[in-house]
Amino acid sequence: MARSIAPAIVADGLAAAYGDQLIWRGASFTVNTGEFVAVLGPNGSGKSTLLRLLLGLLSPAAGRLEVLGTRPHRGNADIAYVPQRRNIDRDLPVRGRDFVHLGIDGSRWGIAVGNAASNNQRVDEAIRAVEAQAYADRPIGRLSGGEQQRLLLAQALAGRPRMLLLDEPLASLDLRNQIVIAELVAELARANRLTVLLIAHDINPLLPIVDRVLYVAHGGVAIGKPAEVITTEQLSRLYDAPIEVLHDSHGHMFVVGLEAESAHHDA
Amino acid sequence: MPELYLAAAPYFGWDLVRVVQELFRYAFMQHAFEAGTMVAISAGVIGYFVVLRGLSFAAHALSHIGFAGATGAVLTGTAPIVGLLVFTMSAGAVMGALGQRLRGRDVTIGLVMAWSLGLGLLFTRLYKGSANLAIGILFGQIFGITSQDVALTFVAGAVTVLLVLAVYRPLLFATLDEEVAEAKGVPVRALSIAFMVVLAVAVSEAVQVVGVLLIFALIVAPAAIAERFTTRPSRGVLLAALLAVLFTWAGLTVAYYLPYPAGFFITTIAFWSYIVARLAAPTLTLPRRRGTEILARDEQARHSP
Repeated sequence: MARSIAPAIVADGLAAAYGDQLIWRGASFTVNTGEFVAVLGPNGSGKSTLLRLLLGLLSPAAGRLEVLGTRPHRGNADIAYVPQRRNIDRDLPVRGRDFVHLGIDGSRWGIAVGNAASNNQRVDEAIRAVEAQAYADRPIGRLSGGEQQRLLLAQALAGRPRMLLLDEPLASLDLRNQIVIAELVAELARANRLTVLLIAHDINPLLPIVDRVLYVAHGGVAIGKPAEVITTEQLSRLYDAPIEVLHDSHGHMFVVGLEAESAHHDA
Repeated sequence: MPELYLAAAPYFGWDLVRVVQELFRYAFMQHAFEAGTMVAISAGVIGYFVVLRGLSFAAHALSHIGFAGATGAVLTGTAPIVGLLVFTMSAGAVMGALGQRLRGRDVTIGLVMAWSLGLGLLFTRLYKGSANLAIGILFGQIFGITSQDVALTFVAGAVTVLLVLAVYRPLLFATLDEEVAEAKGVPVRALSIAFMVVLAVAVSEAVQVVGVLLIFALIVAPAAIAERFTTRPSRGVLLAALLAVLFTWAGLTVAYYLPYPAGFFITTIAFWSYIVARLAAPTLTLPRRRGTEILARDEQARHSP
């Protein structure tokens, strides 16, 4: 697939902080339009913080950040965001379809007047794109994690974005569903020419589909192809601690020696 | 002739036109129906979001804070409604600013509620007036509403309903999916404050009908029932308003014929409707695919750590 030259994200000497607490700094990287980037790193290392910067919910502590040719700003209609999910209340009396509908006009004032038909058609299209027709009319709290994830993806797509930011969409899914959802995201990104940043814990379900990996750890950021970044040398340098990357016979990667580090960052 | 007319027992029977004529014979009944209807519409519409946002207890507490305001206003020679509005709106703004942090704070909310009732008790005692005033604020005095009150209720009710409609979509977005709504540029915090202030106005109005203690019946019960019968937000709002109006009309009607307070009948009807809805609703909203329902639940159980 041909990719346009204009980058989707440009970060230069970027630093993120909450008040006085520095999360990471010195991040300089470029994400190309249409690229699929997995964001990895231990808990609390600042992966979600990166998404908050891109969404304009947090201002850079230092450095420069450009998203889709502009500075990040809240309410950018070109960026769709699927946050990390807490459990949706089982008794929430709202259909999945209504959630999807919010992606189109949820931020407009007032009640919906006119163009109901065309909006409903867009909702239907988004639901079909994620193959959720069978359960889109059921209360969303009663659906399985994978089904909810599909509908939240549909909500993101319904707004017709150019960039998709997903925070741990594979968490709390079993391995089979992780692969199915990851492939669905990749397919939708290809069909709609979306740039995707997807935060994940485990690179393995994503290995067949990611273009590059953005590793956030120990106050810094590294980007590259999975095979370049997820290596014993690179990660040991990034963490400033002995880290080992093991490979199994299927090409899966396992990072060993992170447990103490992630516990430290959680605090 | 007028003596004879008054002496006749109020008509009740199958002639519905005559029943309605009977109900509207006196000005106090007309006022009760007019104010009650407006209050019910506003309580139902706002109540839907109260239940959806998990603010039932906060709404209840607001009305108690209003009790301190109303009795305090009487003490200083002001109209009770002024004190009600000032106290509930200030408390509502604070609660709204707390936003999501308000959830699960039932100990704090409960303590503020109890202290407000205590303050109200002190103000009532200091006023040295009759206890009727306090009873009226606590349990409502729907049959004591003047035409001036009706006009005020109409303005307040219309304003609250219009305000909710004006922010309907972003409010729903912020209620269901706060993080995404915020990223999409919805002013989540401002909406939270605005909603609680509008709720404060609705609560202050509803105090006239059912009083401070019985407010759950008009704000929470209709919405809670509606949410068991429809999974579409727009229908939920309409159904909640409709139910609130029906409860009010039914309560007023029964109270006209029987020598017991309207507040008792309105809350009784609301309570038993909720019980019936709880018993009936599971089979109504989830008739399809019970098999997949169980599968989905099992799958979810497997996924949760």
